[in-house]
Amino acid sequence: MATRVLSSLRSASLSSASPSIGLYCRWVRSISGISASSAAETEPVTPPVQIDHTQLLIDGNFVDAASGKTFPTFDPRTGEVIANVAEADSEDVNRAVSAARQAFDEGPWPKMTAYERSRILFRFADLLEKHNDEVAAIETWDSGKPYEQAANHEIPMVVRVFRYYAGWADKIHGLTVPADGPHHVQTLHEPIGVTAQIVPWNFPLLIYSWKVAPALACGNTVVLKTAEQTPLSALIVSKLLLEAGLPPGVLNIISGFGPTAGAALCSHMNVDKIAFTGSTGTGKIVLGLSAQSNLKPVTLELGGKSPFIVCRDADIDVAVEAAHSALFFNQGQCCCAGSRTFVHESIYDEFVEKSKARALKRVVGDPFRSGVEQGPQIDSVQFEKILNYIKSGIENGAKLESGGERFGSKGYYIQPTVFSNVQDNMLIAKDEIFGPVQTILKFRDIEEVVHRANSTSYGLAAGVFTKSIDTANTLMRALRVGTVWINCYDVFDAAIPFGGYKMSGQGRVRGVYGLSSYLQVKAVVTPLKNPAWL
Amino acid sequence: MTSLSNGHAANDSSPSPSPSPLPPPPFKIPPIKFTKLFINGQFVPSLSGKEFETVDPRTGEVIVKISEGRKEDIDVAVNAAREAFDNGPWPRMSGVERARIMMKWADLIEENAEEVAALDAIDAGKLFHLVKVLDIPAVAGAIRYYAGAADKIHGEVLKASREFHAYTLMEPIGVVGHIIPWNFPSTMFAAKVSPSLAAGCTMVLKPAEQTPLSALFYAHLAKQAGIPDGVLNVVPGFGPTAGAAISSHMDIDKVSFTGSTDVGRAIMHAAASSNLKPVSLELGGKSPLLIFDDADVDKAADLALLGILFNKGEICVASSRVFVQEGIYDEFEKKLVEKAKAWVVGDPFDPKSQQGPQVDKNQFEKILSYIEIGKQEGATLLTGGKRVGNKGYYIEPTIFSNVKEDMRIAQDEIFGPVLALMKFRSIEEAIKGANNSRYGLAAGIVTKNIDTANTVSRSIRAGIVWINCYFAFGNDIPYGGYKQSGFGRDFGLEGLHKYLQVKSVVTPIYNSPWL
Repeated sequence: MATRVLSSLRSASLSSASPSIGLYCRWVRSISGISASSAAETEPVTPPVQIDHTQLLIDGNFVDAASGKTFPTFDPRTGEVIANVAEADSEDVNRAVSAARQAFDEGPWPKMTAYERSRILFRFADLLEKHNDEVAAIETWDSGKPYEQAANHEIPMVVRVFRYYAGWADKIHGLTVPADGPHHVQTLHEPIGVTAQIVPWNFPLLIYSWKVAPALACGNTVVLKTAEQTPLSALIVSKLLLEAGLPPGVLNIISGFGPTAGAALCSHMNVDKIAFTGSTGTGKIVLGLSAQSNLKPVTLELGGKSPFIVCRDADIDVAVEAAHSALFFNQGQCCCAGSRTFVHESIYDEFVEKSKARALKRVVGDPFRSGVEQGPQIDSVQFEKILNYIKSGIENGAKLESGGERFGSKGYYIQPTVFSNVQDNMLIAKDEIFGPVQTILKFRDIEEVVHRANSTSYGLAAGVFTKSIDTANTLMRALRVGTVWINCYDVFDAAIPFGGYKMSGQGRVRGVYGLSSYLQVKAVVTPLKNPAWL
Repeated sequence: MTSLSNGHAANDSSPSPSPSPLPPPPFKIPPIKFTKLFINGQFVPSLSGKEFETVDPRTGEVIVKISEGRKEDIDVAVNAAREAFDNGPWPRMSGVERARIMMKWADLIEENAEEVAALDAIDAGKLFHLVKVLDIPAVAGAIRYYAGAADKIHGEVLKASREFHAYTLMEPIGVVGHIIPWNFPSTMFAAKVSPSLAAGCTMVLKPAEQTPLSALFYAHLAKQAGIPDGVLNVVPGFGPTAGAAISSHMDIDKVSFTGSTDVGRAIMHAAASSNLKPVSLELGGKSPLLIFDDADVDKAADLALLGILFNKGEICVASSRVFVQEGIYDEFEKKLVEKAKAWVVGDPFDPKSQQGPQVDKNQFEKILSYIEIGKQEGATLLTGGKRVGNKGYYIEPTIFSNVKEDMRIAQDEIFGPVLALMKFRSIEEAIKGANNSRYGLAAGIVTKNIDTANTVSRSIRAGIVWINCYFAFGNDIPYGGYKQSGFGRDFGLEGLHKYLQVKSVVTPIYNSPWL
C-alpha cells in the first residue's frame, strides 16, 4: 500500500515514463536476484529491538487494564508470543474517553493556537524520524511485513503525514457566506471533540497517521484502539508524541478486541466521532452501534476487490510489474490490492506468462532479512482463510499458474499464487482474499471491462494501464471507485485523498478532505444594520 | 506587521520625567558580517565597485559601507534567478522538499534571533527588545506557515459545460522581483520571500538602502539551510537605479513592492512600459481609528496611542486619523495627552524605550515640516511637536486636535509619531470621515456594540479592519490596500496566490457517465 509513498518524497527525481512505479521496480529488481528460498526454514532473525511498552496509554500514563487482564501478541514468522499486552474492556474505554473528554473540555489542546499545535506535531515528526529504525523493527516483528518496507517507506510516510497535517493546522478556514438579506454570516470550523479511532493490523502505523494526524491538527482529542494482532508500535509512537509536547489525555491508546473494547468505543455516549479502517463486516457493526447510541458521525475505510485494467496498448512489462506489486505488496494484505487483474485478450497470454514468471521470482522469507519482498501473513486465521480460497479457485476451474501452497513449514508464509482463466462468478474473483493470490481475467472491449469492473459491492480503487488519453479519461470517470491510478498504482501521497465508493466505506482520509471528518461546521448569523453592500 | 494581537499599548513602565535619549546601552552590537550583494549563492562586490553608507539613526553615523547594486548587477542577479527557475532544482522539487528546506531556514533564523534583531535595531532604529521577541519570531513563523502551504497548492478539476475534461494547474509565476521598505526590514522580507519560495519561484530582492543588513544575513542563512544558489538573490541599492532596473526588467515575471504610493506608481508604470509583468503594491495609508461613545476610554486611548507611535509611526497602517465620538471626546483627549507625555523616547537598545529615532534625516525633517504645516493650517498642538535631544533623529509623540478633514495633516501620510484627532457625532458621519481619504489600507473600530462593529466594518473602504484591537497581524491574515494604498495582498493564502499562474488544461472526453 505504501510502497509508492516514496514517489511523494522523491518525485523530483522520478522522470521516467512510469514515474510512480519506477522506483519500486528498481528496488525490486535490485533484490530479485537474491536467493531466499530457504529463508523461512532457517532460524528467525532476532529482532534488533526490545518491547518496553505493553500497557494502555491513558491520560499520559502507561497503565494496566482495570481487570488486570492481558493477551498475547504473536510473531507471525513463528506463531510464538512476542509479549503480553494489557487487554482493555469497557471500563478502560470509559477511563480513556473520560481523559479525552477532560482534555478536550478543559485542557490546553483545543485552546492553544494552531501554530502551537503545529509546532508540537512538527517536533514529533522530527522525533519519530530519529527513532525510525526502532519503530520499524517493532512494526515488522508484530505484523510480519518486510523490515525494509517499514523502515524505508512506511515510517517515513508516517513522518510525512504528520508534517503534512501540521502544516494544515493554521490553514483551516471557515468562510464568510453571502446572505440573501442584511445578515452577516460566517462559518466556524471547530474541532468535533472526542474522536475514537480503530485501526487495522495491515498498516498499523500508517493508518494511525492518517487518523491521528488530522484529528490532532484540528484540535480534537483521541482514543485509538489498535488491532489485537498489532498493538505494539502505536504505544511507542504515542509516547514520542507526548515527549514532543502533546498534553496528557489528548491521545489515548488502548489495546484490545473488537467485540469488547471496539464495541464499547463505538457505542460510547461521550465519543463525538468514530473512524474505522478494517473489514466491511466490522464496518457494518461500527455503523450500527453508532446508530443505536448517540448517532456519532462515522467514517469507514473498508474492503475492496479493486480492478487492475491492462489495455491492449499498455506497456506490458511495466504493467506486469505494477500488477504484481499491486496485488502482492504487503503479502496481499492491502484493502486496495489490485485483486482483479483484467487483461485485454490480445495480450492476455503474454501477460499471464510474464506474471507467472514474476511471481516465481518473488522473494519470500524472514521479513528481517535484507532483500525479502514478502513475509508471513498476519496470523493463523488469515493463513487458513487464504489457503481455503486457493483451494476454491482450483476446484472452480481456474488455472493455477504458480504457488498455491504454504511456504516452508513454520509460521504463516504462503507462496505467491497466480490464477489465470478466472471467471467473474468465481469466489476468488468476488471476495476480498487479503492474501498473495492474483487472479487474471480476460476482457475484449472497454465497455465490457467497465461493466465487469463495476460489478462488485466494493469501490475502493482501480488501476488503468493504457497509452491512450481517451481510454484513460473514459475509464477514470466510468469506474465507481475512490482512487484511480493511471499507469501507476498505490501512489499514496499525504495530499491524495483515499476512501471508498459503495461498500468500501464512507468519507476520505488524507489530503484536505481528511480534515473534514474531524471538524464541525458552525454557521454564525447576525443581522446587519445599514450595510454598505451585501 | 508584528502581531500585537490585543493591541494593548506597551506603556506599563513608569513614566520617564524627561523623554530624552538614554546613554548607550551595555548590549554589544555584533560585527557586521555581510556587506556585499548576494547573487547566485555568493557574496560579491558590485560590478561598478561602488558602495554606499548605511547609517545608525541613533547618531547619524555610518555603520558600514555596502556594495551598491545597479542595473548591471540586477541583470546578473536576474540571470541567476532565471537559470535557477528554468533549469534548477527549486521549482522541480516537490512542495514537501521545499518545505523541509524552509523549515530548516526558519530554525536557523530563530537560532540567530539576537544577532539579526540587533541588525534591524542599529539599521532602522527599531526597538531591539521588541524586534527580538516580535519581528524575528514572526519571520520564522511566516516561513513555517508558507512551508506548510507548499504542499497544499491545489488546482481544481472543473465542471466543464460540455464534453471536456478540464482542470487547473497552479504554477509558480517564475522570476520575482521584490522591493521592500526600511520600516520592517525583517517582516517585509519574510512576507515577500516565504510565499514566493513556497510557490517554487526564484527571486531578486532589493532591500531599502536604509536597511540592507538583515536581508543579507537572511540570505546567508538561506544558503546554509539548503536553498539552492540563484533561487534567492539580494541586491542592495537605490530605487532609481536598482529598483528601476527590477521594475522594467524584461526577464522578471512579477514585481512585488511595499513602500510609498509615489514609488508604487513609478513601478507600475515601468512594468507597463516594459513586459507588462503583474505588479502587487502595498503602499501608503492614512488609516482611521473610530472610537465610539460606548468604548472603554482608557483602553481606547492606549490603542490609539499604540496605533500611531508603534515603530515611531513608521508603519503604513498607523492609526494616523483618530475619530472620537463627542460623548467621550473630552475625556479621551485628556487621557491620550497624558499617555503621550508618559511615552518613553530613547535609545532603541534600552529595554525601557518605547520609541526610537526616525529612520533617517530625510524622514526626520519631513515629519518636523508636517508638524509646522499642522500648526499653520490651524490645528491645535496638544503635545509634542519637537525633536528630542540634539543628536539622532528622535521626535516627540505629537498630537493635534481641531483637525479638519481637508488639512494636509489629515490627508497626507506623515509616517511619523504625529496623530490627527477629530470629533464626530453620528455613525454615518464617522464612516464618511473615515472614507474621506485617497488611501484605504487599514481601519480600527472601538465599540462594544455588535451592530456598530458590523456596519462600520463593511462600510470602510480598507483592506483590514480591526475591531477592538489594532495591529492584529498574523501569518494567516491577508492584508493590503483599497484605493491608492495598492492592490494585492500579503500574508495568508492570498499572499501565496499572487506568486502562482493559473493554467487551464482542457481535453475532450468520450462516453463519460457523468458531466
